Amino acid sequence: MTGVETPLLSLREVAVTRGYRALLAGINLDIKPGELWQLTGPNGSGKTSLLRAIAGLIRVGVSGTIDRPETLLFQGHAPGIKGLLTPLENLQSHPGGLIEVESDRVREALAAVGLLRCLDTPVMRLSAGQQRRVGLARLWLSRSSLWLLDEPFTAIDRQGTTLLEDKLRSHCERGGAVVFTSHQDGKFGANLNQLELADYAAR
Amino acid sequence: MRPDSLGFCRQLFVRHLRCGVRRVEEVFNSLVFFLMVVTLFPLGIGPDSNTLRELSPGIFWVVALLSALSVSGRLFSADFEDGSLEQLAVSGHPLGLCAMAEVLAHWVLSGLTLVVAAPVFALMLNMVPAAIPTLMLSLVLGTLCLSLLGGIGAALTVGVRRGALLLSLVMIPLTVPVLIFGTSAVGEAAIGYDPSRWIALMGAFAAMGLLLAPLAIGAGLRISLEQ
Repeated sequence: MTGVETPLLSLREVAVTRGYRALLAGINLDIKPGELWQLTGPNGSGKTSLLRAIAGLIRVGVSGTIDRPETLLFQGHAPGIKGLLTPLENLQSHPGGLIEVESDRVREALAAVGLLRCLDTPVMRLSAGQQRRVGLARLWLSRSSLWLLDEPFTAIDRQGTTLLEDKLRSHCERGGAVVFTSHQDGKFGANLNQLELADYAAR
Repeated sequence: MRPDSLGFCRQLFVRHLRCGVRRVEEVFNSLVFFLMVVTLFPLGIGPDSNTLRELSPGIFWVVALLSALSVSGRLFSADFEDGSLEQLAVSGHPLGLCAMAEVLAHWVLSGLTLVVAAPVFALMLNMVPAAIPTLMLSLVLGTLCLSLLGGIGAALTVGVRRGALLLSLVMIPLTVPVLIFGTSAVGEAAIGYDPSRWIALMGAFAAMGLLLAPLAIGAGLRISLEQ
C-alpha cells in the first residue's frame, strides 16, 4: 500500500556543507503523505541546516537531489511576524503566503491558538509564547501539504504543546506530512518517525 | 510567477506601508536630517545670498543622496531578522518582485515625503522659485532611482555585519548619474533653460531601474539568505 504512494518529499544522497565544515552526508529519505518525521541530534548536528536545505533556502553547499513539492510551509526560528502589526494584520498579509486570509478564517485560527483576546494588540506587546503562537496560527490556515517546522515547541506552554501535537497529528491524518526538529520527545507514539542526524554526520 | 503573485505583492505593499506609518518617527528622522543640513549650509557659506543660490541645486541633491544612503542600508534588515525574508523566499512567488513591494513602500514614505517638503527646504537655500517645480519633479524620479539602487545595495549587504561602509562603496558610484541629472535639471531651470532632457534621462534611469532592480534584488537576497 505504502509502496505505490508517491512521496511528498524525497532526498537522494543529500550532503550538507556549511562554510568549510561538512555537516551531513548520505541522507536518503522518502516522506509519504501521512508521515510525521522528527529530526533529532545534538546541537550543531545540522538539523536547522537540513531543514533549510529541504525548504530550498540554502543551495550552496548542498549536494544530492531534493524533490520537494511546489509549495510548502516553512517555519524557522523567526516566524516572519511584525511586532508593529496586530495578529490579524500579520496573518492576513503574511510574507509566507499560501494560507487562507479571509478575516473570519484568521479569527478562527487565532481563537484556536488561544489568542482571541489579543486580536487588536500589536504583537510586540504580547509575551514571547503568545508571539510564537501568532506564527503557529499559520498552521491552522495552511494550504500546503508539507510542513517544515524548526523547533515548533520553543516557548510554548504545556497546553499549547498538546494543541500543537494534535494539530500535527491531524494534518498527517488528512494526508499531509510534517518534518520538524525538536529536542523533546512528544507524545506521538508509534506514528513518529525519527531521523537521527548523528548517524549521518560527515567525516 | 504565479497568477496571484501581483495580488500578493499588493498585500505586502500595504503591510510595509502600515508598518512604516506606525514607525512614523523614522520618516521624520530623515526629514529632520535634511532640515539640519539645510539650516547649517547658509550659516557655513556666509551671508552672500547669490553664492547660496548658485550652490543650492547641488547642495539639495547631495543631501538627498546622503540621506537616501543612510536609510536604505536598513531597508531589509528588519525583514531579515524577523524571518520575513525567508518566508518570502519559500512563498513560491518571485522573491525580487515581492521585495519590490518593500522598496516601493520605502520610496513612498521617504522619497515622496521629501518631495512634499522640498519647496520649504528649497526656499531656505534661496533657490530660484521658478526652479522649484522642476526640483519636485526631478525628486519624484530621483528618489525612486535612489530607493531602487538602495534596494540592490541593501539586498547584497543585509546579512553582513556592519555592512554600511560596504553599502556606501557599492552604491555611491551607481548614484552618480542621478546626482548629475538632478543637479543639471534644477540648475538649468534656475537660469531659465528647458530642463526636460535631464528629466527625460532621469525617467529613463528610473524605468530601467524598475525593470532590472527586481532581478538584482531577488538575486542579492537569495545570496544573503544562504547562511
